[in-house]
Amino acid sequence: MPTVLIIAEQQPDGSLRKATLNAIGAGKQLAEKAGGELHIALVGKDPAKVADELKGTGAKAVHVGAAPELEHYLAETYAPALAALVQELKADYVGMASTAQGKDLMPRLAARLRAAMATDVMAFNGGGADITFTRPMWAGNVFAEVKLTTPVKVFTLRATEFTAAAGGGSAEVKTFTPKVEASKTKFVDFKEVKSARPELTEARVVVSGGRGTKGDFKEIEALADDLGAAVGASRAVCDAGWVPNDLQVGQTGKVVAPALYIAAGISGAIQHLAGMKSSKTIVAINKDPEAPIFQVADYGIVADLFKVLPELRAELGKLK
Amino acid sequence: MKILVTAKRVEDPESKIKVKPDGSGIVQEGLKYKINPFDEIGVEEGLRLVAKHQGEVVVVSIGGKEVQEQLRHALAMGAHRAVWVNHTGPLDQLAIAGLLQKVVEKEKPDLVILGKQSIDDDQNQVGQYLAEFLGWGQATFASKVESAESEQEKNKVPALVVSADGKSVRVIREVDNGLATVECQLPAVVTTDLRLNQPRYASLPGIMKAKSKPIEELTPAKLAVDVTPAIQVLKMSAPPARKAGIKVADVPALVEKLHNEAKVV
Repeated sequence: MPTVLIIAEQQPDGSLRKATLNAIGAGKQLAEKAGGELHIALVGKDPAKVADELKGTGAKAVHVGAAPELEHYLAETYAPALAALVQELKADYVGMASTAQGKDLMPRLAARLRAAMATDVMAFNGGGADITFTRPMWAGNVFAEVKLTTPVKVFTLRATEFTAAAGGGSAEVKTFTPKVEASKTKFVDFKEVKSARPELTEARVVVSGGRGTKGDFKEIEALADDLGAAVGASRAVCDAGWVPNDLQVGQTGKVVAPALYIAAGISGAIQHLAGMKSSKTIVAINKDPEAPIFQVADYGIVADLFKVLPELRAELGKLK
Repeated sequence: MKILVTAKRVEDPESKIKVKPDGSGIVQEGLKYKINPFDEIGVEEGLRLVAKHQGEVVVVSIGGKEVQEQLRHALAMGAHRAVWVNHTGPLDQLAIAGLLQKVVEKEKPDLVILGKQSIDDDQNQVGQYLAEFLGWGQATFASKVESAESEQEKNKVPALVVSADGKSVRVIREVDNGLATVECQLPAVVTTDLRLNQPRYASLPGIMKAKSKPIEELTPAKLAVDVTPAIQVLKMSAPPARKAGIKVADVPALVEKLHNEAKVV
């Protein structure tokens, strides 16, 4: 029976990275299609608490490996620890969310397993032994269906394309002793960019500003706070130094797919569209009626964002 | 120090990519080609490090004869020499990393810099595969805190710093929610993120000089690497088009739609 192994991620503060739940949701889907079972792996210095959270996500087992050497995430130490587990479980599919950590770790793990890998998988096709993956190329302008022919198949998952796993069964938690190898890389430090708002890739609503804001994000932020939304920005705005880079939505920034995406003063360059066109509902606010953003927006308003956003806040307030 | 940098040939990121009607690939006619933008940043970073620490920048590209264009571009920027692995046909990351591993073993660089991903297949894998194959440390997504165009650039900490004894490199990496700093023993593999630097333009004298710089030709057979792909691209398609949207007259109409039609507020 095929085994699907999903690797869970801990935040630097030790909590569970939410995208893991989407990856587990994807793993469940894959296990059903392949006719196999789902397992979860978690390694770190002290992963026991997070393992508890993962028990009720519908997996057969949660494999937890603790070692002091795994305190700070490094591909060089995590890859051997996980590769040994993959071999022990004889896992056929190994996946993780396409976070920065997923993208750093999984190719190294795949290389160790001499496995082929697919990045940013959006869907699984086929069934049984004949599973293929759908993944984006050319900044989301092409969807490709790919087949991996190595015995072990490795992938990262675009979290926003899969529903988060929730409540289902009570998995057995099994501990294992991770294989520890010396590392030529050492962790120096991590500087967190703190925000009270939800993380871009995990938010239900995103309010983004572009060049039209002229660097004044007050109205964007106020609307975001009313809606409990994340704040995003176009590349031009980040490059101009008006807002931090980690707010950038686009091919070279973050890929988001919230239920509602509000683009204010954003023209809709290919680069930006690649990062947000999978959003369920898109609203565009722009003075220029010819702006390309209107071609992907479900609802558009041709007007100045500084006039529209306060009105929008007032109107939304009436709904409450 | 010796720095090896990759220079993949890719479609110009500004071009409009269209899928062939039969889904077998993309329409090639009318496309322009460039060095992968992330690799170009790698060449720039290599040149800056060599300016500081002496040594040479060697660029490598894998592909048919046409990839010599990208190698010449890197040479015109200031790279010292080039290695061309002559191969036509599809390659996957196992094969590419395998070929690069052999080139590295031959060249013995202190540092290998690759773009974090190429903008055609967007896989973001080869640097990590290569580091594992070589048993070296890796630092992916090397980046700077502020944007390339910002005023602060001149004053800030460089993202790649080679230690005084030349034995390690300290790298600032752009990750989710913040910036991670790691230190790798040399030799190591570093992959570049977009905001690491602003690549220089190739000057006219640079372009003239590049014509006489050497390009060494290798092949998978010479490097003894089996390049049979383990990844098959079965079909390509255009993403589902979004339904044409509507323009609403005013804010109350927008809120009505969002509330009653889209049901998102």
